[in-house]
Amino acid sequence: MNRLTRAMTDLQGWFNDRAPSFGPFYRKHMTEYYAPKNFNIWYIFGVLSMVVLINQIVTGIFLTMHYKPSAAEAFASVEYIMRDVDWGWLIRYMHSTGASAFFVVVYIHMFRGVMYGSYKKPRELVWVLGMLIYLVLMAEAFLGYVLPWGQMSFWGAKVIISLFGAIPYVGGALTEWIMGDYLPSDATLNRFFALHVVALPLVLLLLVVLHIFALHEVGSNNPDGVEIKKGPKGNRWSPTAPADGVPFHPYFTVKDTFYTGFFLIICAFILFFEPTAGGWFLEHDNFVEANRLVTPEHIKPVWYYTPFYAMLRVVPDKLLGVLVMFGAIIVLFFLPWLDRGKVKSWRYRGTGFRVAIFVLGVCFVWLGKIGAGPGTDPVETIVGRVLTVLYFGFFAFLWAYTYFGWEKTKPVPERVTGHD
Amino acid sequence: MTNKTSMRLMRHSFLALLFVLAMAVGVPVMAASGGSLQQANASLSDQGSLQNGAKLYFNYCSGCHSLKLMRYSRIASDLGLTEQQVMDNLNFTGAKFGDQVPPSMDVEDAKRWFGAAPPDLSLMARAKGVDYIYTYLKSFYLDPSRPLGWNNTTFPNASMPNALWELQGVQTAVFKPGEKGGDPVFEKFEMHQPGRLDPKAFDVVARDIANFLQYAAEPAGLVRKQVGVWVLLFLGVFTLLAWLLKQEYWKDVH
Repeated sequence: MNRLTRAMTDLQGWFNDRAPSFGPFYRKHMTEYYAPKNFNIWYIFGVLSMVVLINQIVTGIFLTMHYKPSAAEAFASVEYIMRDVDWGWLIRYMHSTGASAFFVVVYIHMFRGVMYGSYKKPRELVWVLGMLIYLVLMAEAFLGYVLPWGQMSFWGAKVIISLFGAIPYVGGALTEWIMGDYLPSDATLNRFFALHVVALPLVLLLLVVLHIFALHEVGSNNPDGVEIKKGPKGNRWSPTAPADGVPFHPYFTVKDTFYTGFFLIICAFILFFEPTAGGWFLEHDNFVEANRLVTPEHIKPVWYYTPFYAMLRVVPDKLLGVLVMFGAIIVLFFLPWLDRGKVKSWRYRGTGFRVAIFVLGVCFVWLGKIGAGPGTDPVETIVGRVLTVLYFGFFAFLWAYTYFGWEKTKPVPERVTGHD
Repeated sequence: MTNKTSMRLMRHSFLALLFVLAMAVGVPVMAASGGSLQQANASLSDQGSLQNGAKLYFNYCSGCHSLKLMRYSRIASDLGLTEQQVMDNLNFTGAKFGDQVPPSMDVEDAKRWFGAAPPDLSLMARAKGVDYIYTYLKSFYLDPSRPLGWNNTTFPNASMPNALWELQGVQTAVFKPGEKGGDPVFEKFEMHQPGRLDPKAFDVVARDIANFLQYAAEPAGLVRKQVGVWVLLFLGVFTLLAWLLKQEYWKDVH
């Protein structure tokens, strides 16, 4: 043993004497966390959302070094970052592209969960914690969008905050309490900044840790929906580990590194060649400073809210619209209990489920398109209503389909069916 | 269902989903960029065009419009000009080399003269698009019903007069009656009194000003794509190596 190796071993020993639980902790979550070997491409989006989260935190820290959270200075300070701060434009675009990328990967991650029944027993808690992450992420992104203090920041904030005004009796007082004023103003911007850079990131990080811990307790689902922990034991790394499991580190870390590289290529392409994504990631009207006297032609939120915004708009009554909109998110929390089917993966589920999940995907994307439009076409409003009914219909159908035993499932294999 | 067919189905459904997303995103983008705007064909890599645009901007536009997010020194270094050239030819306000381009008109005066303060143009190209500026500059016409005698088909009832009339000449607009008693519809421009430049040369003027404003709206645009090429090359090599590493490790997994 040479001196270097001996020094390393000594250091490790020194560390283990003082923090004996660190080693087992690392092994539990990394080298001895056995993930199913048949993960496919749908299973990379959890890791990718982690990559984006880290990107948002790191670039966010650098942005806070130059950003001024005041109504008088915010807009100019963002442009100062874009122009006078060395590589400031890169940091800002990484943060703005990252915000949209976050929702792209999170939406696919959630859809994956529905496809393969990842929310089902014993993973209900993983799903609920994930939904809480999604909820906090929506709030975090909304607060962040207000900070550049452009026209869409201001008017978007005004519209979204006014939704709370639909609550009977306390609505008006509540909106004033949120804004600290009668309109989005300096006070609003300052508190939104505090929430965006301190409060919600802390909550988000805590929830992410809990989401991963909860997952590692029960183990990952997989595209076959087979519980590898219930299968035979013993693989080349451990005689007691699931036979179809592979150590997360190094096998999935190298695989995820490859997919992360691939993902970053797509992100870099948008960032460097079309950073506004044609007005979808950074809206044109947000390059005009906030002006409470000039209302933009079309006030619309960023694309990741538009499916829900469309629901709000197609419902004729404001309070009902707000309830439908929030209901569309809340109903997702109950998915583990609405879906009574025992078979997890859509590979072995009934045709009804496969059709329903396709309809759900179409509804979501189409509603997103309607929500991003001007909302003046009466035909589109009718289409939007149909899509909204179909969206909620998915959950009602799924419950009835599984509760009354209408689903004809295919036989689920004993073991996972290989890997790519 | 066999594993192979399920894999194929999955891949197809993934592609179908991507296709639906692309359609949903692509269609409104195309619709938004259509309309009646003319293509400026402005290019940030054409430094001559940017220099010419800067010269025209400071001679014809900066009297009323500020460019308060842009510094003279930044214009010099980005457009390959010396401090001397910028201070002699582009700076008419007495501002320092490192200063941001101020308005040379008092806001209250401007409101009295034009009815509204001329907007700052630092981000106009990002808010409206480079083609919008190009088309707008070409769309002024004589309209005696307006306070200053000018109107614009791209931005109807704009308060701005045609600052470039000496170069472009003076146009009148021909309208045809609208359908079923609706508003008249714009048909074409007619040259009422030719300017110093022929229409082709004036197109270049409008293009270069639009190009300069495109640059001013995002100075990083000059380097963004070049940096992007290197980043993509790096990520390509990185991803390839990561793939090879993954293949090596996954030989263990059967």
